[in-house]
Formats: sequence, C-alpha cells, structure tokens
Amino acid sequence: MTEASLTHDFQYSNARHQAESAISGMWLFLASEVLFFGPLFLAWIYSRHWNQSGFDEGARQTDLMLGTVNTVILLTSSLAYSAGVAFIEAGNRRRLIQCCVIAWLLGAAFLVVKFGIEWRHDFSKGLFPGPEFAIVGPLRDGAQLFFVFYFLGTALHGLHMFVGLILVGWIIVRAREFSPGYYTPVSVVGLYWSFVDMVWIILYPLIYLVGRGP
Amino acid sequence: MSVTDLHTEKSYLTDGFTLRSWLLTTDHKRIALLYLGSITLFFFVGGLAAALIRYNLIVPEGMIGSAETYNKLFTMHGVVMVWFFLIPAIPVTLGNFLVPLMLGARDLAFPRLNLASWYLFVLAGIVALYSVVAGGVDTGWTFYTPLTSAYSKGHVVATVVAIFIAGFSSIATGLNFIITIHQLRAPGMTWYKMPVFLWSLYATSVILVLATPVLAMTLLLLAFERIFHIGVFDPAIGGDPLLFQHLFWFYSHPAVYVMILPGFGVISEIVPAFSSKTLFGYKFVVWASISIAVISFLVWGHHMFVAGTSLYSALVFSILSFMVAVPSAIKVFNWIGTMHNGFIRFDAPMLYAIGFIGLFTMGGLTGLFVAALAADVHLTQTYFVVAHFHYVMVGGMVSAFFAGLHFWWPKITGRLYPEMWGRAGAVIMFLGFNLTFFPQFLLGYLGMPRRYHSYPPEFQVLNVLSSAGATVLAVGYLLPLAYLTWSLLYGKRASANPWNATGLEWKTQSPPLTENFISTPVVTDPPYHYPRPEVAQHHD
Repeated sequence: MTEASLTHDFQYSNARHQAESAISGMWLFLASEVLFFGPLFLAWIYSRHWNQSGFDEGARQTDLMLGTVNTVILLTSSLAYSAGVAFIEAGNRRRLIQCCVIAWLLGAAFLVVKFGIEWRHDFSKGLFPGPEFAIVGPLRDGAQLFFVFYFLGTALHGLHMFVGLILVGWIIVRAREFSPGYYTPVSVVGLYWSFVDMVWIILYPLIYLVGRGP
Repeated sequence: MSVTDLHTEKSYLTDGFTLRSWLLTTDHKRIALLYLGSITLFFFVGGLAAALIRYNLIVPEGMIGSAETYNKLFTMHGVVMVWFFLIPAIPVTLGNFLVPLMLGARDLAFPRLNLASWYLFVLAGIVALYSVVAGGVDTGWTFYTPLTSAYSKGHVVATVVAIFIAGFSSIATGLNFIITIHQLRAPGMTWYKMPVFLWSLYATSVILVLATPVLAMTLLLLAFERIFHIGVFDPAIGGDPLLFQHLFWFYSHPAVYVMILPGFGVISEIVPAFSSKTLFGYKFVVWASISIAVISFLVWGHHMFVAGTSLYSALVFSILSFMVAVPSAIKVFNWIGTMHNGFIRFDAPMLYAIGFIGLFTMGGLTGLFVAALAADVHLTQTYFVVAHFHYVMVGGMVSAFFAGLHFWWPKITGRLYPEMWGRAGAVIMFLGFNLTFFPQFLLGYLGMPRRYHSYPPEFQVLNVLSSAGATVLAVGYLLPLAYLTWSLLYGKRASANPWNATGLEWKTQSPPLTENFISTPVVTDPPYHYPRPEVAQHHD
C-alpha cells in the first residue's frame, strides 16, 4: 500500500499527518501521567524522610525475590513489544503478533506474581495498614505509612498494567491491518507499555531496595 | 432568501435532527453546545447555593438555622462553580467551538476523545449532584485534611470521585487543544498569526494537562485515607496534613489561571473588533499568557502563609506571586492601548469586555494585598479574600464568558440577540456585581471571617448591601438566559460576519457547515488586520 492510498480522518491532510498527531498525543498523555504519579513519589520520599526507620522496617518485610523476578518479567515484556514494533516496521506481521503475544503473557505473569502471590502473602502476614497491622512497637507507625504507599502504588501500577494488557490484546486482534506504511497504533501502545515499565522502575527501588540493608 | 430556504439551509445545526445525531456526534461544534447546556445547568445550581448563602447572611444570627447546612451550601457553591463551571466554561464551549474554526481546521485532532470528555464531564456531574442530594459535604471546596480525612460526616468520597472524573475530562480537552494547535493550523497560519484566544487556550491547556493529574493523585490519597482510616496526611502515624495543602494548591493555584486565561483570550478578540484597531502589542499579550502559565506553577505557597510554612519559603512565594502581576498588567495596558484612539462601538460584547477590564484590574490589584506577607496575616481567611477572588473569577471570568457568548452567539446559532437587552444585561451585571462584592472588601478589612454562618451585628449593613447586590446580579444572569433563548427562535438571521471582525471563524457562514469551510482557507493577513479607523470612515 502506498502512503497516498492510506485512509485518514477528514481533519488531517494525509495519513502521516494523522500518525504524527496520534503519537504526539500519546506523549502528551504520558507527560500528564508523569504528573499523576509524581505526587505519589514525592509524598513517598517526603514521608520516608521523616519516618526513616519505620520505612526501613516496612521495606524489610517485602519480598525482594518476587519483586526482582517481576522486574525482569516486565522489562522482558517491553523488550518483546519493542521487537514487535521493529518487526512490523520491517513488514513482518507474523513476528509482530508473536512478539505481542509474548509481551501480553509476560505482562499477565507480572500481574499474577504481583497480586496472586505477593499481595496474598502480604495480606496473610498482616501487612495491610490498619488496627490488625502486624508490626508492633515504635516502628509501627512508619511501617504502616510505608505500606499505605506500597499498596496504593502497586495497585495503581497494576491498574495501568491491566489497561496495557487490554491495549496489547487490541493490537493482536487488529494486527492484520498493520503494514510498514501504517502501524501507528502499534507505536502508540508501545509508548504506553514502556511508560508502565518506567513507573515500575521507580517503584522497584522505593519498595524493595531503599533502606533494606542493615 | 425565503423563510423555507432558511430552515433547510445546510449547517452543522441542520446536519441531523435525531437525539443520536447529537449524543454520538464528534463534531466539535455540537459537542460545544452539549457542554454549553451542561455548564449552564451547573452555573445555576452553583448560583442557587450562592443565593442561599447571601440569604442566610442578611441577619447576623443567620436566616438558615443550622451552621452545618450553611457549611454544606458554601462547599457546594465552591465545588460546583470551580470544577463544573469556571474551569471548563470557556474552553469547552467557546474553545471547543472556535479552536478548529480559528485555525482553519475541520475539527479537533481527536474528535472522539472530545466526545468522551463530555461524557466524563456528565458522569462527574451526576456523581457530584448525587453527593449533594445524598446530604452534601461541609468541608469547603479545599478539602483540607484532617477535617476531610477523619472528622467530616459528609459525602467526601463521592464528591472527591466527582472531581477526579471531571479532572480527566479537563485533561482530555487540554490534550486535544494542544495537539490541534500544533498540528491543524491552516496553510499560512503561523504561530504569530494565531488569534490571542488560541494562545490563551494553549497556555490554559498546558496547565490542565500538567496540573490536573496532581490533583487527581492528591484526591486519591485523601480518599484512601478516609476509606481505610489511615493514610499519608495523618499526623498520628507520621504523615503530614500540610503536605495535602502543598499538593492541593500546586494544582489549585494554576487552576485559578485556567479560570482566567481563557477570559483574557476572549477580551483580546473583542477589544480590537469593537475598537476597529489591531491588538496593541500582540507579542506581549501572547507571551504574557505563556509566562502566566509558567509562573502559575511557582506560587502555590501563598495560600499557606499562615499555615506554619517557613518564613523564607513564604518570602520567595510572596515575590513570585508579585511577579504574576506583571504579565497580567501587561495585558490590561495592551487592551487599553488598543482602545486608545480606536473607533469604539459599545455593543454588548464590548460592554462586558470593558466591565471585565475594570473588575479584573480590581481583582488583580487586591491580589497584591494578599500576596504581601504582612497584609495577608490580617486579611487571610476574611471576606477580603472572598471579594478578591470573586472580582477575578466572577467579575473577570464570568464577564468574559458572557462577552464571548454574545460576541460569537451569531456565529454559533446563526441568530442575532436583541442588542438593547444585551447592553442592559451587561450594565445590570456590572452594577449587581459591584454592589455584591465591593462591601465584602470592607467587611474583610474590618475583620469579618469567611465561612461563618453568623456574624457580629455591626457587620449587618454591609452584608445586607451585599445580599441586595446578589439579587441584582441574579437578574443580570437570568436576563441573558431569557433573551438568548428567545433569540434562538425569533432573533434576526446573522450574516457571516455581523461585527466586521477579523479571524477565520468569521470567514465562513453563520452557523458554519459541519466541515467548517468549503475549502481549506489560506492565511495571508496578520492577526487583527483591522483597517485604520479613518480609512474605514472614508469608505463609509
């Protein structure tokens, strides 16, 4: 298909014009997402500053192994998706589909590990903040605050992952429409999928690494 | 043209008459009208609450028996007016209608997103109205913790959810405008040929996209704390209630400029059109808008001078707040410079615009009083602050909204409104506004605190004056509702350019076609290319 024959919405002069607009729209949306997560991280770091030992105690209760495995899973998922974008650019639709399926499965695996295994452990260990909170003593308050951030942060990230899975699934379903001349939705979803990784790259040290040492 | 021709004439209004053709439309002009209906409803809901507030304050002990009811009324007034009228008003109605037209485009960049934003807004509105009907909230529109997180018995979570959803509607609109302005300018429409209205909406959109998500997260943290009785603003476990104020005002102060910047844009269109002169200092007006948007992110701390923040941070925030006054003043000087030696026509839009300039100047200058540290200690939490921001928000923004609505009414509806009624409405609104809010400056200076349902008897005279003014103001608002509605059916047909204004929106028919332009316009003239008055007179 040549560029001129591609369809485009009536407000655009051509398909490339429309593609540019869609991609810049996603970038702008992600800028707004950065400012959505920004206050959470700011409040997290600020609260940690005032309750350092309590936060450290909280961090020690988290499962570093599961968190690290999940980080690897998520980054691999993004790698697979990016490979898919490169494949469709080169005209290989079958590889695009395979990559998206891998990305989708890894994303789903992340959610299973995070919520099916890790959260379940956390709840059974009594780590959800409230009267039943397991940690007692002088560090209780700070540790509870840590877990407020932990549960809210991972839940919001998980929600974004869930939306991402729907989007990647949508790309798989629509894959036969894409060609080297037209793969804008693949790029747009790719931006979002990578952004979800970026959020995790900040969450990972905040949850599992900072303050873990002796 | 015969009457039957007029009724069958092709335009976006006659392109489909079914309910479906409206509710599932992606035409930016129809979505603008959907929004216009919605915000009008909320304006009168918020206005009703305001009327009851002024009714209560007629007598010192309060006409409404319970302080709690009074608290709920002013909270409802604030929430509805801020998030369901002031913030969306100009962008989603006039902006939605005009951005593509002024750019020479056929629609916004993302028409379906535009429609989705309206549905989000409606959903948010329903949740907000639910929270009112279910019993309301008594915390004030600022939702300070720990009152909201631990003590209030009202429907805080429902209200917060409503604002959260409305926020995403705002983000969608802002995003759409920014991409549209970047991508869909007609051939020849360079950045410096764009009308200032577009620059203002661009600046507004930057704030909407970058500040609104901060509020969203802040409200989430608040809702979490209220639902689980434990959270990050709770000092009992090492959290910080001041953190809430920082985050809230990091959004809400820029949001103040979301409310006023589009108004600046409207006035910058009307003043040149009714002075038959080019806008004085176009680039200054443009960059004033952008610098207001930037500086607006750096002044939030001035809401917390008495909240126990450090003196040094307060000094910096005070200086930065003074800095916002500079670009605002540049605009006022430029509007006056535009009128100077102009051939001024005092039609209703211009009357509203002149009212705007006066009232906004009052509101802006009194802002400097409260931005000054020492004066703020005396004036904060008094009616002085209430009067100050109502001069900007109501005297400024609402006047600008009405100015723009009258100015573009012929374009939107294809009908002329009755000019004498329009002028009467503008004058009544101006007088009613001043009678309502000027006494509140005095009340505040004399020490009457805001948000109380009763007051010492010595304040009664000024309060009665203010309540009387509110009655006049209500007439000023109901009058346009009546004659504008009337004009839909009986108004004279409008030509393509009834005001002899410049701008691409006037180059297409009134009301425009669904596709806006028959062929894509090419821009060659600079903005506000009005002939010199003496030349125009010569032609006459």
